[in-house]
Amino acid sequence: MVEFSLPKNSVLKKGKSFPAPEGAVNIRRFEVYRWNPDRGENPRVDGYDIDMDSCGPMVLDAIIKIKNEIDSTLTFRRSCREGVCGSCSMNVNGKNTLACIKAIDDYKGTIKVFPLPHMDVVKDLVTDMTNFYAQYSSIKPWIETQTPAPDRERLQSKEERKKLDGLFECVLCACCSASCPSYWWNSDKYLGPAVLLQASRWLVDSRDENTGERLDELEDTYKLYRCHTIMSCTDTCPKGLNPAKAIAGIKKMLVIRQQG
Amino acid sequence: MAFQTPLAKVRGLGSAKAGTHHFWMQRVTAIALIPLSLWMVFYTEQLLTASHEEMRAWLAGPIDTTIAIAWVIAAFYHAALGLQVVMEDYIHTEGLKIAAIGLMKLTFFFCALVAIVVIFRISLTG
Repeated sequence: MVEFSLPKNSVLKKGKSFPAPEGAVNIRRFEVYRWNPDRGENPRVDGYDIDMDSCGPMVLDAIIKIKNEIDSTLTFRRSCREGVCGSCSMNVNGKNTLACIKAIDDYKGTIKVFPLPHMDVVKDLVTDMTNFYAQYSSIKPWIETQTPAPDRERLQSKEERKKLDGLFECVLCACCSASCPSYWWNSDKYLGPAVLLQASRWLVDSRDENTGERLDELEDTYKLYRCHTIMSCTDTCPKGLNPAKAIAGIKKMLVIRQQG
Repeated sequence: MAFQTPLAKVRGLGSAKAGTHHFWMQRVTAIALIPLSLWMVFYTEQLLTASHEEMRAWLAGPIDTTIAIAWVIAAFYHAALGLQVVMEDYIHTEGLKIAAIGLMKLTFFFCALVAIVVIFRISLTG
């Protein structure tokens, strides 16, 4: 059955506190989830008082500042720092987001930074994405055709290309999937909003010729139909996309195929 | 120790090629239940004031008998579909889940059957 309480070794403890440097006047407090698999200790929350006069505007800037200047043991993923790579997805003040495009000024008071919820933690803010990437791989996220490859590029009208808007922008940060209660309970079988949005991207691509086979693979009580239209995915997407609508589009295609 | 790859785990036994009918029927029964339940509310509200004989005579009318049976079928079917989703969500032991869903469906089918027999008895024999 589903577990509704944390196992004993996952219960959070109060951690260390790092005060702001002397003379700092513009201070913001960051509380960051810390867990080291080598220590055998429970996870803890460390507090960092940061001098905002010497810190960049985004949450990621503060986290990088902590690692560079205060506590080099803090572990997290980051790369592009502009919302394109999807590496720095984490839970900030209870909502999944990309730390690099989330401004510190959007929050009041203490900022709590946690790893993506309900994902196995590798260390600190780094979560294990193995299952998520395997699910992405399972939907065959590449063009599949029957017609022999043309001598030139595959043509697409402006109207056909427009259908990919709102889908191609997804950076696979997993914020949406990690915010979905249905994915929390059944992530071993349910593909989750991010992967289903990607599946939708290939279903609506006018150049792809395997729509039927793709729908066959998705038509499953768990892979697709664990979506209960909770809408947390759309609410949390840091890129402003609408995975819930994409999933509804897949369900609509299946109903039309069966009832139409 | 298991050396199964992450992709093999995710692909599992493959797609069941099912779920769309369940999804569709849940919506169809939900829409059907809107007018049927309005009738049901109106009918049960009469129970507060009408006499036994008045109620019996009303339910015995051919249209009211039909609507009452339609409500029973739609309501129990819709409830069984909904409860199946909840069980699939939260019961993670395969054997227990299959048994629980089967038992639940049989129970709901039996309850619907009892309700229909009762409606017919009132309607036909009084």
